[in-house]
Amino acid sequence: MIEVKNLHKRFNKLHVLKGIDCRVSAQEVVCVIGPSGSGKSTFLRCINLLEEPTEGEIYIENVKINDPKTNINNIRAEVGMVFQRFNLFPHKTALENITLAPAKVRNVSKQEAERDAHKLLQKVGLTDKANVYPDQLSGGQQQRVAIARALAMKPKVMLFDEPTSALDPEMVGEVLAVMKDLAREGMTMIVVTHEMGFAREVGDRVIFMDEGCILEEGTPEKIFGDPHNDRLKSFLSKIL
Amino acid sequence: MSGGIWGDILDVVIESFPFFLTGASMTIKITVLAVTFGCILGLFLALLRLSKNRLISFLAVCYIDFFRGTPLLVQILIIAFGIPNLLEVGQSYLVKNLGMPQILHNYALPIFVIAVLATTLNSGAYIAEIFRAGVQSIDRGQMEAARSLGLTHAQAMRYIILPQAFKRVVPPLGNEFIAMLKDTSLLSVIGLVELTRSGQLTVGATYKAFPVLLTIAFIYLVMTLAISRLVDYLERRLKTGD
Ligand SMILES: Nc1ncnc2c1ncn2[C@@H]1O[C@H](COP(=O)(O)OP(=O)(O)O)[C@@H](O)[C@H]1O
Ligand SMILES: [Mg+2]
Repeated sequence: MIEVKNLHKRFNKLHVLKGIDCRVSAQEVVCVIGPSGSGKSTFLRCINLLEEPTEGEIYIENVKINDPKTNINNIRAEVGMVFQRFNLFPHKTALENITLAPAKVRNVSKQEAERDAHKLLQKVGLTDKANVYPDQLSGGQQQRVAIARALAMKPKVMLFDEPTSALDPEMVGEVLAVMKDLAREGMTMIVVTHEMGFAREVGDRVIFMDEGCILEEGTPEKIFGDPHNDRLKSFLSKIL
Repeated sequence: MSGGIWGDILDVVIESFPFFLTGASMTIKITVLAVTFGCILGLFLALLRLSKNRLISFLAVCYIDFFRGTPLLVQILIIAFGIPNLLEVGQSYLVKNLGMPQILHNYALPIFVIAVLATTLNSGAYIAEIFRAGVQSIDRGQMEAARSLGLTHAQAMRYIILPQAFKRVVPPLGNEFIAMLKDTSLLSVIGLVELTRSGQLTVGATYKAFPVLLTIAFIYLVMTLAISRLVDYLERRLKTGD
């Protein structure tokens, strides 16, 4: 489904990704863990070309996305992204946040977009918040709307960049619950997270990144139960 | 009416007041046109300036720097006298050397057109910077979220960035309006009868410089205070929807 080959990213002199190789199959849930500054966000952002790879290849369903001939907007429409800080559109209601992209990018009719949006709001447990503006929602509610907004494009993959890191602890659960549902329904997901419980329970595979490299990957049991890499061991001892 | 020095002064001011009001209405007319067209020009320039294409962005910067970095009075004079001069010299060159027929016989534009053109070109430069600052004040995450959904850059600007930026530019646009209202007094040098010129003409006819000019100043003050109250009100209205 997704194949990343020898991905490098440099910001001027700063070498942030140093040759990432990674495959994600359809319906797989991959969790990415690692210390802050290790390049996890940059890796995720390369997959929908919010950052342009400096070197290497990224394929989504065998289409090379970092190719000048590929239409970036078509790719992004197929790849949903959920941000740490939600990034809801503050001048639009929850419903309008969700219907905007289907209407403008996919040319879905207003009624159909709204019907889908109401279904998605139901799915994330916010049926009664359709006409509310983001600033009247709690952090957890905002993040659930953001998930619904990404799902409205019916993406093939969902990317989550620390979706619960900006939340008060009591709201983390409601967002993770929505993500668990998604995983259960077979959504392909790449999740950067510090929620080791989530990685353990939902992840099919866990990737440990440090200083722009993948240092170890494997099943949650193996990564958390029997880590080999020293830096992974010290990372886990700090975080668990 | 009443006699004495104060009576005389009052008579002059009362008598000339309708004339001042015509002047003031010209001042407002020019300002409204300048800022309205300036907004269109400014939006356009701001988008060019923010363009990823270096050349386009550079050309926009040149325009903006020129109009912000030179006096409005000089700009008015260039458009009133410099451009006709250029046209005249240019045409006579073409007629003499290339045998082209003479098309233009009158090189000067109407005063009103000069006034609107000069103030619009100037205001556009200032408003471009206002819009640019407004766009850049919007969190980067907004553009990223929009693009991550598959919207093009233009769609993201139109539906996400600009609507949010417009709210933030209301106060600086209000300031620009007030500044332009005062600066239109410079148009008196080309003979446009706006508020300042109406005062000068009255002074010339009555020799009552102080009371007349004080009245003129007072009319400007009333207009600028009224506009700044209006902007405050708009700003509060918009805040609630933010
Ligand atoms: N747009 C950028 N320009 C310059 N440096 C950046 C940019 N984005 C990220 N970086 C740098 O890249 C490194 C990795 O960042 P990031 O991918 O956000 O790490 P993580 O998500 O693992 O915390 C950091 O040192 C960060 O400062
Ligand atoms: Mg990060």
